[in-house]
Amino acid sequence: MNAIRFEHVFKSFHEKVVLKDFSMEVRPAETKIILGGGGSGKTTILKMVLGLVKPDSGQIFVEDQEITQLKEAELMPIRKRIGMVFQEGALFDSLTVGENVAFRMREAKNHSEEEIEGVVRQLLGFVELGHAIDKFPSELSGGMIRRVGIARALVGHPSILLYDAPTAGLDPITSRTICELVIKLRDLEGVASIFVTHDLESARTVASEFAETLPNGEVVFKSEDNNLCLVNTRFLMLKEGSIIFEGNEKALRNSDDSYIQSFLE
Amino acid sequence: MNFFYRALYEIQEYTLFSFQAVRSLFRKPRYFEDILRQMEIIGTGSIFIVMLTGFFTGGVLALQSAKSLKSFGAVNLTGQLVALSLVRELGPVLTALMIAGRVGAGIASQLGSMVVTQQIDAMRGLGTDPTKKLVAPRVVASTAMLPLLTVVADLFGLVGGWIVSLYTLRLNTALYWNTALRSLAYNDVLEGLMKPLVFGFIIGTIGCYFGINTTGGTRGVGRSTTQAVVTASILVIIADFFVSKIVLEFRY
Repeated sequence: MNAIRFEHVFKSFHEKVVLKDFSMEVRPAETKIILGGGGSGKTTILKMVLGLVKPDSGQIFVEDQEITQLKEAELMPIRKRIGMVFQEGALFDSLTVGENVAFRMREAKNHSEEEIEGVVRQLLGFVELGHAIDKFPSELSGGMIRRVGIARALVGHPSILLYDAPTAGLDPITSRTICELVIKLRDLEGVASIFVTHDLESARTVASEFAETLPNGEVVFKSEDNNLCLVNTRFLMLKEGSIIFEGNEKALRNSDDSYIQSFLE
Repeated sequence: MNFFYRALYEIQEYTLFSFQAVRSLFRKPRYFEDILRQMEIIGTGSIFIVMLTGFFTGGVLALQSAKSLKSFGAVNLTGQLVALSLVRELGPVLTALMIAGRVGAGIASQLGSMVVTQQIDAMRGLGTDPTKKLVAPRVVASTAMLPLLTVVADLFGLVGGWIVSLYTLRLNTALYWNTALRSLAYNDVLEGLMKPLVFGFIIGTIGCYFGINTTGGTRGVGRSTTQAVVTASILVIIADFFVSKIVLEFRY
């Protein structure tokens, strides 16, 4: 079984071709890091997994279910299994942090307020923002907004997470915190994910470190030796809607493609 | 696409959009709380500007009409003229134009900013239909609140007319109110309440339509806000003509 599978997907907006014969798969508990310059169709890929954008042709499978032919109402149960962290967070600015995180459960209308409160506190604790529960998004910094976005995406234990440039424009320390969250979700919760970014530093962190729980319950991050590569994290590089590279970090670094080399520098 | 096809396409998209908004009202989940909140924002929030608009429109009507009526020696009919033009025509239209400016712009810019900051995508991604959650409550609220706001405008217009009649035309208070209220027939009131229903629906759907279809960042938000106000105002004036015509046809 694959968590996500794209088969020969084409997409263009007006005259501009965004994806050209795009195929890939993400296995359960695997993280796929998609690199590429601006306008290379990275965000479109994520929106397609959610069914927010339909491909012109080709098929998309989410947990082996074909989603391209589904109507909006039929997509809802599939979207319940997917969490997405949007670029810039996309928090609802008329709601507080707590209400943002609670949004999905409140809308489902089958949870008690105590239950919702418990989940919200637990998830905000996970992203270390328990103190910000009553604040509005306009009162938060960029890094805090992304972390609330992650907490909101985690409601209902999704088996798939989509990150759209979660570290873009953040300082190195905040980026690091977000990467650690991504690693924890991958290694400790077994969540499959697509990590779209053009921030090479955070891509390297996600690709080279792993999380482990010590017997005392503490979570530690360990780095792979330079010669080893994590088997559950693979890179994919896009250029003008086509895949120009797919593989692990080491292969990416050793690639002799001039576009990839200029990107890495 | 040339201008004609573009216009045709926009009309088709707008019609479909409005149809979906109305249809979503009959499907679960329903959002009564959101409807109430929008009613408060759209209705209660607009009372003051509607009061001012009505008051001064009534006043100016009395001033201007008295001048013409004087040449016929009929200044004592000022109340009737103010009441009829206010209730049937100026109350609904001016209220709708004010609300198109205030509420239509507000809806379009709010939904437009939600689109460009991906909040609409996020909402769909979280499994909630924005047509149900955002569009339908706004359309219901503006359709329901505009007739009520029009009544407020009419009332304050009559008061404005009365004050002008009393202090500048030296008309008797009883005479003013008597001619004003007696001149209003059932049909006039019906027309005066039917129009704002149509106008409210136009303002709500046009505001949401341009808001939800915003593209191109913050500049796009500005553009769709302008388009929403201009389109809603023009449609209100066009619809006013047709509703008047229809009501006149069915007059007995």
